[in-house]
Amino acid sequence: MAGRTGAAAAPKQGFLKSLEIDTRLLGMIGAFIAVCLVFNLMTDGRFLTARNIFNLTIQTVSVAIMATGMVFVIVTRHIDLSVGSLLATCSAVMAMMQTRWLPDMLGLEIGHPLLPWLSILAGIITGGVIGAFNGWLVGYLTIPAFIVTLGGLLVWRNVAWYMTSGQTIGPLDPTYVAFGGINGTLGPSLSWILGLAATAAAVFALISARRAKAGHGQPVKPLWAEAVLAGLIAAAILGFVAVLNAYDIPSARLARIFEARGETMPEGYAEGYGIPYSVLLLIVIAIVMTVVAQRTRLGRYIFATGGNPDAAELSGINTRLLTVKIFAIMGVLCALAGMVASARLANHSNDIGTLDELRVIAAAVIGGTALSGGIGTIYGAILGALIMQSLQSGMAMVGVDAPFQNIVVGGVLVLAVLIDILYRKRTGAR
Amino acid sequence: MSIDRTGTPLVEMDDMCIAFGGVHAVDHVSVNLWPGEVVGLLGHNGAGKSTLIKILSGAYRADSGTIRINGEEAHIHNPRDARRYNIETIYQTLALADNLNASANLFLGRELVTATGLVDDARMEAETAKIMARLNPNFRKFRDPVSALSGGQRQSVAIARAVYFNARILIMDEPTAALGPHETQMVSELIEELKRQGIGIFLISHDIHDVMKLCDRASVMKNGQLVGTVDVAKVTDDDLLGMIILGKHPGEHAAA
Repeated sequence: MAGRTGAAAAPKQGFLKSLEIDTRLLGMIGAFIAVCLVFNLMTDGRFLTARNIFNLTIQTVSVAIMATGMVFVIVTRHIDLSVGSLLATCSAVMAMMQTRWLPDMLGLEIGHPLLPWLSILAGIITGGVIGAFNGWLVGYLTIPAFIVTLGGLLVWRNVAWYMTSGQTIGPLDPTYVAFGGINGTLGPSLSWILGLAATAAAVFALISARRAKAGHGQPVKPLWAEAVLAGLIAAAILGFVAVLNAYDIPSARLARIFEARGETMPEGYAEGYGIPYSVLLLIVIAIVMTVVAQRTRLGRYIFATGGNPDAAELSGINTRLLTVKIFAIMGVLCALAGMVASARLANHSNDIGTLDELRVIAAAVIGGTALSGGIGTIYGAILGALIMQSLQSGMAMVGVDAPFQNIVVGGVLVLAVLIDILYRKRTGAR
Repeated sequence: MSIDRTGTPLVEMDDMCIAFGGVHAVDHVSVNLWPGEVVGLLGHNGAGKSTLIKILSGAYRADSGTIRINGEEAHIHNPRDARRYNIETIYQTLALADNLNASANLFLGRELVTATGLVDDARMEAETAKIMARLNPNFRKFRDPVSALSGGQRQSVAIARAVYFNARILIMDEPTAALGPHETQMVSELIEELKRQGIGIFLISHDIHDVMKLCDRASVMKNGQLVGTVDVAKVTDDDLLGMIILGKHPGEHAAA
C-alpha cells in the first residue's frame, strides 16, 4: 500500500522489481505452490483435483473472513482471542432466530422467505455490538485486549451454549444454507461472466492508477510490466473460475434438481458448480477491507496508530474511538464467518468455531501481519488462511495422524514468524 | 529586527496550571507571543516547558488558566482543536508514524480526499514534493516509510507538516537536537523566513546559543514556575544561565 511499501522507481531494474510486486507476497505464493505440489505428489494427484480445490476453497472461507478483520486488530497492536467464541454466539443467535425465536415470537412459519435474512441481520448486529463492547473495554477503559478477549473467549463460548442449551440447532433454512458453499453456487455461465467482469475491472483499475500517477508527474512502471501484471491477474482469476466450474455436480443431485423443476435430465448432461456464494462473499469482503485499508482515512489511521500510537493521537486521531471501530468490524466479520460456518454444516453445533481464534491469528501472522503493529495486508491474511487449510487437509489426505497434523501446523506458525523476522532484518524494515 | 508589541498578542497563556499526581508540572505560568516573534522557552529537563507547550498544542489539558488567541479566549482540549486555531507543533520526538511514507505522515489526520471520499495519495504526494522542494531540495524518498529516512530527513518531514498547513503559531520542541550543522543552519533560515511572514514561534531549547541567536525574548522556567521573561538583546548568556540554574531574575533587565 502506498503508505508503507513501494519500490523506488529507477529506470533500470530487474524483472520482478519492474512489476512492483511485493517480494513477501511472492514468497507466500511460492510457499503455497510448494505445499500444493508436495501434497499432490504424495496423494498421486488427488490434491490438485477440481473437487479438492473446490472443497479447500469453501473450507477456508470462514477463517479467511475473520483473518481480514484480525489484520486491523493486530496492526493496531491489539489481539482478539474471542473470535471463535464470538462466531459461536453469532451462529447460535442466527440459528435460534430462524428455528425458534422468529417463528415463536413473530409467528413467521418455518420456510418464510424473511427468516434467513432477519436471522443474518440479527447475527451481524450481535457481532457488531459485542465487538464494539470489546473495543470500548480496550479503548476507553484501557484494559489490555489480550485480557478482554481472553475473558470473551470463555464468556461468549458459554453464552452460545446457554442460548442453545448445548444442543445442535437445525436444520437451517435452505436459503441460509446456500451461503455455506456447496449448496449455493453461481453455476458455470454466471461464474464465467463474473470472472470476465472481474478481469476487466482489474485491468481498468491498473489503467486508471497509471493515469493518476502520470497525471501528477510521478514515475510509472514500464508498459510491458503493466501488461505482464494484467496477464497474471487475468490468468489467476479465469483459472480459478475454470477450476471451480470443472467440478461437476453429482448426476444424482442434478437429476433431483431437474425433478424439482418438473423436467427430466437429458442423458449424459453434466454441469459444474462454479463459484460458491460463500467464496463470493469472501471476495467482496476482501475487496472492501483492502479499500478500507489502503484508500480510506479509517485505514490510514489504523496503520498510523499501529506505527506510532502517540503520533496518531497528536495528529488529532481519536484512537479510542478507532479501537471501538476496529473491534466492531471484527465482530461483524465473526458474524459473517459464523453464518458461512453453520451454513456449510447446515446446522449450528455447540463446538462451532472452537480453536478458530488460533487459526485466524495464525492466518494473519503467516500472511505477514506484524504483531509489533503497523504492518499487514488483507490479501496476505487470506493467503495465510489458505496455506493453513491446505496444510491441514493435505495432511489429512495423506493420512497423517491427527496429533501430528496439529504438531506440524503449530510448528509451521512459529517457523513462518521466524522467517518473517529474518526477512525484515534483511530488508531493513522493522 | 524589532517586534511591534503594541497590538493584541497572538497568544496569551495566562496563569496556566497543570499537576500530575500532586506534582505541579506547570505552576501559575504566564507567557505571551506577538506576530513575527520568536519566544524561547528555557529550563532544565523537567522544568515544565514541554508540558506548558503541550497545553497549547492540545496534548494536555490545563487544570486552570486561560489561553487567548488574538485576544479571544481559545478552548483547546485536544490536538484537533489546536489545529483549528492554526497552531502547529514540531515535537521533539517528531511524532511520525514510522511505517508510513512522508506524504501519509504530512497529511496524517488531514488527508486530501477524492470526490468519492477516498484518500488521494497521488495528490498528497505531489503536494509533499512541492513543500519538500522548498525545505529539503535533495529529498527523494517519497515512497519509502519514514523509518528508512535519516534523522535530518525525518526532521524535515516533521517541519514540512507544521509549515504546510499555514500555521500562524508554531511550536518547535528542540527542533535542532537531532541535526548536523548544515541542517541546523537550514532550520535557522526557515525560522527567519517564517518570522517575516508574521508567524509567531515558541522555541523550546536546551541550547542557550540557539536561543540567543534565534529568539527575540526568552521565558525561563524552573520547577514548573516561571523565573521570568527577558528581552534577549538586553541580557547576556550568563544572565540566562543564572535564571536557568539559580532561578534568579536579572532585575534590571526585566522586559514586558
